[in-house]
Amino acid sequence: MHTFAYHRPANTRQAAALLAKKETKALAGGQTLLPALKLRLTSVDNVVDLGGIKGLDAIQAKGRNLVVGAMARHAQVATSPVVKKALPALAALAEQIGDPHVRNAGTLGGSIANNDPSADYPAACLGLGATIVTNKRKIPADRFFKGLFETALGRGEIILQVVFPLPKCAAYMKFPNPASRFALVGVFVADFGKEVRVAVTGAGEDGVFRAKDMEAALKKKFTAASLDGIKVPTRGIMSDIHADAAYRAHLVGVMAKRAVAAAGG
Amino acid sequence: MSATGIGARVRRVEDQRFITGRGQYTDDIHRPYETRAYFVRSPHAHATIKSIDKRKAEKMPGVLAVLTGEDVAADKLGDLFCGWMVLSKDGSPMKAGSHPALAKGKVRYVGDHVAVVIAETLDQAKNATAEVKVDYGVLPAVADLRKARDPKAAQIHDNAPKNTVYEWVLGDQAAVDAAFAQAKHVTRLEMVNNRLIPNAIEPRAAIGEYEPGTDTYTLWSTSQNPHVLRLGLSAFIGLCPEHKFRVISPDVGGGFGSKIFIYPEETVCIWASKKVGRPVRWTAERSESFQADAHGRDHVTTGELALDANGKMLALRVKTLANLGGYLSTFSSAVPTFLYAPLLSGQYAIPAIVCEVDGVYTNTAPVDAYRGAGRPEACFVIERLVEVAARELNMDPAELRRRNFVTQFPYQTPVASLYDAGDYKASLEKAIQIADYKNFGRRRQESERRGKLRGVGFSAYIEACGVAPSNLVGQLGAGVGLWESAEISVTPTGMVEVLTGSHSHGQSHETTFAQLVSDRLGIPMNHISVVHGDTDKVQFGMGTYGSRSGPVGMSAIVVAVDKVIAKAKKVAAHILEAAEADIEFKDGKFTVVGTDKSAAFGEIALAAYVAHKFPTAEIEPGLKEHAFYDPTNFTFPAGTHICEVEIDPQTGVTEIANWVAVDDFGTVINPMVVEGQVHGGIAQGVGQALLEGCVYDDSGQLVTGSYMDYTMPRADNLPSFKVDYTTTKCPSNPLGMKGCGEAGAIAAPVALINAITNAVGHEDVPMPATSKAVWHALQKTERRKAAE
Ligand SMILES: Cc1cc2nc3c(=O)[nH]c(=O)nc-3n(C[C@H](O)[C@H](O)[C@H](O)COP(=O)(O)OP(=O)(O)OC[C@H]3O[C@@H](n4cnc5c(N)ncnc54)[C@H](O)[C@@H]3O)c2cc1C
Repeated sequence: MHTFAYHRPANTRQAAALLAKKETKALAGGQTLLPALKLRLTSVDNVVDLGGIKGLDAIQAKGRNLVVGAMARHAQVATSPVVKKALPALAALAEQIGDPHVRNAGTLGGSIANNDPSADYPAACLGLGATIVTNKRKIPADRFFKGLFETALGRGEIILQVVFPLPKCAAYMKFPNPASRFALVGVFVADFGKEVRVAVTGAGEDGVFRAKDMEAALKKKFTAASLDGIKVPTRGIMSDIHADAAYRAHLVGVMAKRAVAAAGG
Repeated sequence: MSATGIGARVRRVEDQRFITGRGQYTDDIHRPYETRAYFVRSPHAHATIKSIDKRKAEKMPGVLAVLTGEDVAADKLGDLFCGWMVLSKDGSPMKAGSHPALAKGKVRYVGDHVAVVIAETLDQAKNATAEVKVDYGVLPAVADLRKARDPKAAQIHDNAPKNTVYEWVLGDQAAVDAAFAQAKHVTRLEMVNNRLIPNAIEPRAAIGEYEPGTDTYTLWSTSQNPHVLRLGLSAFIGLCPEHKFRVISPDVGGGFGSKIFIYPEETVCIWASKKVGRPVRWTAERSESFQADAHGRDHVTTGELALDANGKMLALRVKTLANLGGYLSTFSSAVPTFLYAPLLSGQYAIPAIVCEVDGVYTNTAPVDAYRGAGRPEACFVIERLVEVAARELNMDPAELRRRNFVTQFPYQTPVASLYDAGDYKASLEKAIQIADYKNFGRRRQESERRGKLRGVGFSAYIEACGVAPSNLVGQLGAGVGLWESAEISVTPTGMVEVLTGSHSHGQSHETTFAQLVSDRLGIPMNHISVVHGDTDKVQFGMGTYGSRSGPVGMSAIVVAVDKVIAKAKKVAAHILEAAEADIEFKDGKFTVVGTDKSAAFGEIALAAYVAHKFPTAEIEPGLKEHAFYDPTNFTFPAGTHICEVEIDPQTGVTEIANWVAVDDFGTVINPMVVEGQVHGGIAQGVGQALLEGCVYDDSGQLVTGSYMDYTMPRADNLPSFKVDYTTTKCPSNPLGMKGCGEAGAIAAPVALINAITNAVGHEDVPMPATSKAVWHALQKTERRKAAE
């Protein structure tokens, strides 16, 4: 690992000031950043640890929303009674990320800021139409995820929390990559009554995406059978040694149906 | 049987230190003034090295030396070598290409060793490797063994035209052709035995230290066979005379074959320690293990089995293309030849067999022995053919096997192996019963009701352990003998040190060897210690691989123990004032037959060292004996595994619903340890069959270079195994042992593929049968159904 300066600011303002510098990165759970530094895939001059900022890991139900702090660890989300009651699908998703070590260190903010095309949380954010709250603005999930490892975040912009609207019902179905156990395909479905959202992770060449055909079909009737006959096109679907585009596209259909069934549809 | 004797489930002596983090692995050892080595590795699969500019790197902070192939050549360090000569059919010797410890002029795979930086710290070494400027002339590469002999393919070693190392044959071609001409039915299959990356939990590591005061070298290394490593580095690579060189293999965290070999890294560490005048340490990072540990398997085979109208096997014809990688690793040449073809007869009486093997170079990491080494590949070929033949003949696969089993022993196969003992029907029937095979149809229907596909597969495997005797392996081309040594050193207080030439890296020798000696000498296990892995302490030995430590290593211990008892009897005769012929040794006591006069083992040990009461002109003082034991034959463990799978046709995911293993290992010293070996072996076999596959792309880049892409088996991929035994004793060693270390990995893959193809409904399922592969195979089943 190349040497860098380590900072641990006490509040968001100081953090933002430090992060405005070049070659500087925020550190949350370190589960993505630290391996990249150790393997010398990235090098930075400054690391700004967000762990010293109080309250960034808070989880609260607020009216018809669940608000999860950016520094909430996956294990916290998985086991939080608040999440389990308000949005059990999110707790179940967090439970399926990585292994205990990763879940006890990795964070919601780190995961979505990184926007790995195979990460689980982006599916929940997009599938629930969440709002990502930063120190500068509020960004709807539909405009936050911008392709592989790309987001709408600007330099010095820090995710503070994510606001998840509460659906009537929701579920996430993950088909893990046999090696990495990230999502080979993951489908998050949420029924809001007036709107149904279906978000797919692991499959898209540009990262997480919404399956609009499925949403339309499910809006008519929220049941797995509504998805019969909807064939996911292979265009834009990732292909690698674990799954070619045909198999992945097929799995999107299977996981979507299973998610709808699990959500009670 | 006593609580710790042969056959007892004794808890492992070594677990206390391993589980509490008190093991001493090579990377735990630190030497004063040690330095760190980091290698510059080739990013290209095939390239010439036009020049290396190391001037900037040498000036980097902390750097002590930057060494390249030029320095290796200047010091006249010999090439790494392949220690088993294999001759082609035309009698010509195999084409071993040059293999310097650091590449000279050319690199031949991604991860090949181009230069080494030695620095004060690892980070400094890494920083400097980034500044070693290598000017490569990139050449076309060939990674796929099927393309290696294409006349247009890249030429990897100048002395091996068409990248061919050898074209080898075993068996009688004419007899096989004649039998095929008579056959009623021929089953033919194309099979790919997928390439594997070993993944021992402890990566390879080395610390080299040169001591100028005594002009001696010490190498700490993760070797499975420290004496062979010392011999190779000394006599072949020419580092220094053997007596000036100590090799220590301390605790080693798994090897599976990959730590048998002599690699560039440890060679460089020990050589460079003299150059920099300080100890040089290196521990592989996991990505280096993926790139540069010797890989396993990688065969493409056509197999044909000829049968008569009654399902009697008439002949077997096998043609295999074996990938040996970019260089010939230490034992690589023997794996797809002598460790493969002699097992192709399986458990069956097949009158004629011929096997042709072409070994080829490719621009990939060297391929060498990996758990099972040749035998999993052989077992896969014969057991796939038999299962498919049964399907084609509409016969129960168990029945086809029964009709063809070898039943008379000894049995001479047409492929050199002389089976000494076995009861193949007994293990098959026991496995069938435990697996409740007769109700499989009901379970299949039940699965179908839940929308799942169920399949069952057999593997009636045979393998060979304890490759021996030495004069035979010499005739077959081995550069060494394959005996084993033991020394039993009794202290004056009657404690026993067992010095063994075997090496434990997960096999539990500290437990099972002590158990054996405790049983034989009638003394408690905690009076015994097992010493291995240090050439300064232990007499020359051959190390541990090929499931040889039981049948060969423990046999050597038995012979040495018997010598100790014989000597002690002489001493006891004087102490007990009786004739030597009247002394009986039992349960740790020397007794004068027919009297109550006796002395305990410890008393006689003390008497032997005190030497007051016997004529030392006749009987030497002390109590210490050794043995070099050379077996008379291989051993032949065999058994039947039955695997049942359930497949989700929507996703292609295979779940193992049931696994039964009935093994005949001859005498079992510690069933708990043996079951651990069987479980681990099956897990590795499941890994090969379902999950693990090393992938190089067409340019020779390693695609599966980390755990993000290389799938290791995990607990949730495995069922709870049902393990049982049948027993026929091995007649060729004093304990009747056969060896158990590899059986699971040999038997498992084909059982699974037989089960999956049974569920899928056709034979076209590749290995590893990942969910992707199974799903695509099921699409083919659907298309076939639609076409009908
Ligand atoms: C073995 C392993 C298995 C894994 N398995 C899975 C899996 O199954 N599914 C899955 O989804 N993920 C998986 N992950 C990834 C894991 O979820 C990580 O925790 C996550 O990707 C990054 O979160 P982090 O808190 O560790 O972020 P860090 O590594 O600390 O940071 C990641 C990036 O986000 C930026 N960042 C962090 N926090 C903020 C913030 N608040 N505002 C702005 N930028 C920020 C950092 O600057 C950095 O660029 C796995 C990781 C490992 C090591």
